[in-house]
Amino acid sequence: MTDITAGIPRRESSIIRTLKGMALIRESAVGMIGLALILFWGVLAILADLIAPFDPNATLYPLAFPGTTVEGMGTFWLGTDHLGRDVLSRIIHGSRTVLIFAPLATFCAYLVGIPMGLAAGYRRGMTDAILSFISNVILSFPVLVLYIIIIATIGASATNIIIAVTFASAPGIFRIVRGLVLDLRNREYVFAAETRGETPWRIMLVEILPNARGPLIVDACLRVGYVIITIGVLGFLGLGLPPPDPDWGGMINETRQMAMSFPHMTVFPCIAISSLVLGFNLLADGLREVSLRD
Amino acid sequence: MAVKNEYDGPILECRNLSISYFTRAGEIPAVVDFNLTLNQGDSVGLVGESGCGKSTVAMAIMQYMGSNGGIVGGQVIYKGRDLAELSPEELRHLRGNEIAMVYQEPMASLNPSMLLGRQLMEVPLCHEPISEKEAYDRAVQILADVKLPDPERVMNSYPHQISGGQQQRVVIAMALLSNPSLLLLDEPTTALDVTVEAGIVELIGEIAAKFNTSMIYISHNLGLILATCDRMNVMYSGVVVEHGSVDEVFDHMRHPYTKGLFSCIPLPGTDKKAHPLVPIRGQLPLPHERPSGCYFGPRCDFFQEGRCDQAVERGTIPMQDVTGRPGHTVRCERWSEIDWASYRPEGLSGEEMEAGREVLSIDNMRKYYELTDNSIAAMISGKRVRYVKANESISFKAHECETVAIVGESGCGKSTFAKVLMGLETATDGHVNFNGNDVGRMPVQARSPEQVGSMQMVFQNPFDTLNPSHTVGSQLARVIKKFGVESDKDKIENRVMELLDLVKLPRDFARRRPRQLSGGQKQRVGIARAFAGNPSMVVADEPVSALDVSVQAAVTGLLMDIQRTYRTTLLFISHDLSLVRYLADRVVVMYLGQIMEQGTTDEVFAPPYHPYTEALLSAVPIADTSIKKKRIILEGSLPSVMSPPKGCPFNTRCPRKIGDICETEVPPFAEASPGHIIMCHIPIAELQKVEPVIVQVDKDKSAAE
Repeated sequence: MTDITAGIPRRESSIIRTLKGMALIRESAVGMIGLALILFWGVLAILADLIAPFDPNATLYPLAFPGTTVEGMGTFWLGTDHLGRDVLSRIIHGSRTVLIFAPLATFCAYLVGIPMGLAAGYRRGMTDAILSFISNVILSFPVLVLYIIIIATIGASATNIIIAVTFASAPGIFRIVRGLVLDLRNREYVFAAETRGETPWRIMLVEILPNARGPLIVDACLRVGYVIITIGVLGFLGLGLPPPDPDWGGMINETRQMAMSFPHMTVFPCIAISSLVLGFNLLADGLREVSLRD
Repeated sequence: MAVKNEYDGPILECRNLSISYFTRAGEIPAVVDFNLTLNQGDSVGLVGESGCGKSTVAMAIMQYMGSNGGIVGGQVIYKGRDLAELSPEELRHLRGNEIAMVYQEPMASLNPSMLLGRQLMEVPLCHEPISEKEAYDRAVQILADVKLPDPERVMNSYPHQISGGQQQRVVIAMALLSNPSLLLLDEPTTALDVTVEAGIVELIGEIAAKFNTSMIYISHNLGLILATCDRMNVMYSGVVVEHGSVDEVFDHMRHPYTKGLFSCIPLPGTDKKAHPLVPIRGQLPLPHERPSGCYFGPRCDFFQEGRCDQAVERGTIPMQDVTGRPGHTVRCERWSEIDWASYRPEGLSGEEMEAGREVLSIDNMRKYYELTDNSIAAMISGKRVRYVKANESISFKAHECETVAIVGESGCGKSTFAKVLMGLETATDGHVNFNGNDVGRMPVQARSPEQVGSMQMVFQNPFDTLNPSHTVGSQLARVIKKFGVESDKDKIENRVMELLDLVKLPRDFARRRPRQLSGGQKQRVGIARAFAGNPSMVVADEPVSALDVSVQAAVTGLLMDIQRTYRTTLLFISHDLSLVRYLADRVVVMYLGQIMEQGTTDEVFAPPYHPYTEALLSAVPIADTSIKKKRIILEGSLPSVMSPPKGCPFNTRCPRKIGDICETEVPPFAEASPGHIIMCHIPIAELQKVEPVIVQVDKDKSAAE
């Protein structure tokens, strides 16, 4: 009774297998660079309190250029802004905001997009027509206008940024999932599940969704990158997180008037955004490369 | 053009050719020690199972190995020139012009967004300095040569506008356009229906005679090789194991693998009781796991330790001449010692089973699909709803422990029928009585777990039948739980192990994922899944058609074994008439959604035939030199189910059409003998006079063996 499985290794959970698959990323140089960039910012965000030389919101010494050393305070490696706050410390602390909200917002978008895509692709017919229509309407708005409308209506806060990003990204995710499901639903194992009378949701979630995870993981990485830009843009438009907490987009917005005379206040947050977005894009490229190889 | 054919030596010579692929795992030898001499007008067959290196040889001849393949030894000599020494420019001139190739999938060989005429004209325009007009004329001429009706219309069509068989004719026409000296055909008919295949095979034979082209014909089907080639090479795991003229190899085969291959295919002489199929045990070794010495050693019944497995310098044992048989070579150390006459391998036999109670009774079942036409014309005329008659008046019965085969080409409604049975679709009309309940209108959600579990299905495509994301064990466990066979976790686990035993797979396969399994193993799991709920009927939709010949025999045998054990009714959907003849008790022949003929296997395979059954029988290639077949090539292509012909559905292609009555009136069901029903206007007495399609010619085969 019990010895029938003796010597047979227990099966791994599918999460562990997915992680193992993703570990193949080390075979892709591009992917490793991306991963290194993301980890770099990740470490900074986690250890921000230890690494950042100054309090990010403290007014210390206005309009210092990068490298300025002030007696009794220390060196402002990336200079200070118009209110005298240390740029380096603000960037380091700002990475926390980005690295928490971008993945969270993306996750929420998937949480909405995946069930919609599954339902439309599997049920087709009327369900598909209605869901596709809704998503097409959303997609037909210029994204920026959409964000402005949403944030202007419900107000600027962390939760509302997530709601706005979810609202704007879910239709794109919906389309990808729907396309994958339209293909996967014709597999014989789906017919087999249907012929044994499984419920539609079980077929969608257990039989179909796990087989779509490859393209979705790659898409998720790309999408986190886009969301980082979006959060930056919202900050730049003054629709981001309320001051004074550091936010990369907000930093650029606050200092852009002075960009000609004091470029360091604008350029360094820009570099921070670009490098993190680049990191996610390279990781997505690497994952795609590894998944296509066999 | 004539200049090309002036060379009078052999067209192609492959000398000790070795080809390898280079992957992350290192060098993988795909083909070892391949020799071939092809003279003007010769046709040579390469036959073997998937992964034996057939297509690799063709690619090497084209010098088209891709980025990770390469010729690592030997030469390919085309008309006296070593192809490896040619510049890319010279090679480009050779390909398509002197050496042409026809691939398996016609739709993939043609550019879907380009007119066929344009694609055809490209060939001569690219290789010769001729005008557009000449190229056009030549293209029209060649289309007429491959017997396409109305070549001008085909020239102005896109690939999707013509049928699959016509597409393959266009591909062949394209290959012939520059009058090549060498034509490579890589499974040219595998993707086509049998009746269409028969036409293509005939065409290839005519081309060989008319253009005197040398051909290399690659196939896994021994019957096709017999029909098309003069000489043949049997390949196994990257080496040629036997070579000779087709008649010689068919009638006096020496290599145990060749013998094994022939024992795996259902020939007219085999039958499931007296002369059963004999599968080859074991599996094809992976290229980097080949044994030393003879590659077939571990699967061979005549294996001798220390002799067959001794390490040989060139990788495997050399080819040896069969004494007294010029031109016949074999790669076997023991060919002269094996006594084939007294060799009686253990087949998959089993005692005959008595058919029991009635399990399934289908009475006048119809399945129509509704199509809504949204065009303005339809709205005006008011005929917005049209019906596609996928199944029309289907009636037959199946008993316990009986195998009923449903035969027909693609589009005949077999799959729709299976869907209605399984409850994925509901019948439009009529009754489907299963174990005493009418399930025709009952979708699968409305059936009880017992009802669902007692009718299960084995699917066609082994690569698709199991969910790649879940382990074999968990997939089986789910079925057991779903059908309420067991509910306790340990008991379910036990039952999974029993099922794996049942399909003769090791128990640790429960922890494996589908991609770690071979095609045959996956299909076994598929069978285990179907039998998990102790079904009283299993619907098998082409369960072995995607498998290799030797695996086919084993899986077929397994299916029959389990059927006998559980006294299950097997509904076997297939297009392979040889296999149907071998294992079915009764046969139902379908065409365009209707049953043309039904009866016991013996009745259907002997006169009186329905004209469609007759054509179908004659189209099946049979790998036996002692068989004489009538040649019936059906004209035209399968009509669309959307607009089926009036009257008899077969009237557009029927070679025995008797007149207007066929086009206007639906034929009656005539009973030739009790249970043997033919739907035809021709009186049974007349159909009775037709000679049998397949005749065994008395040929003294036993003396030769």
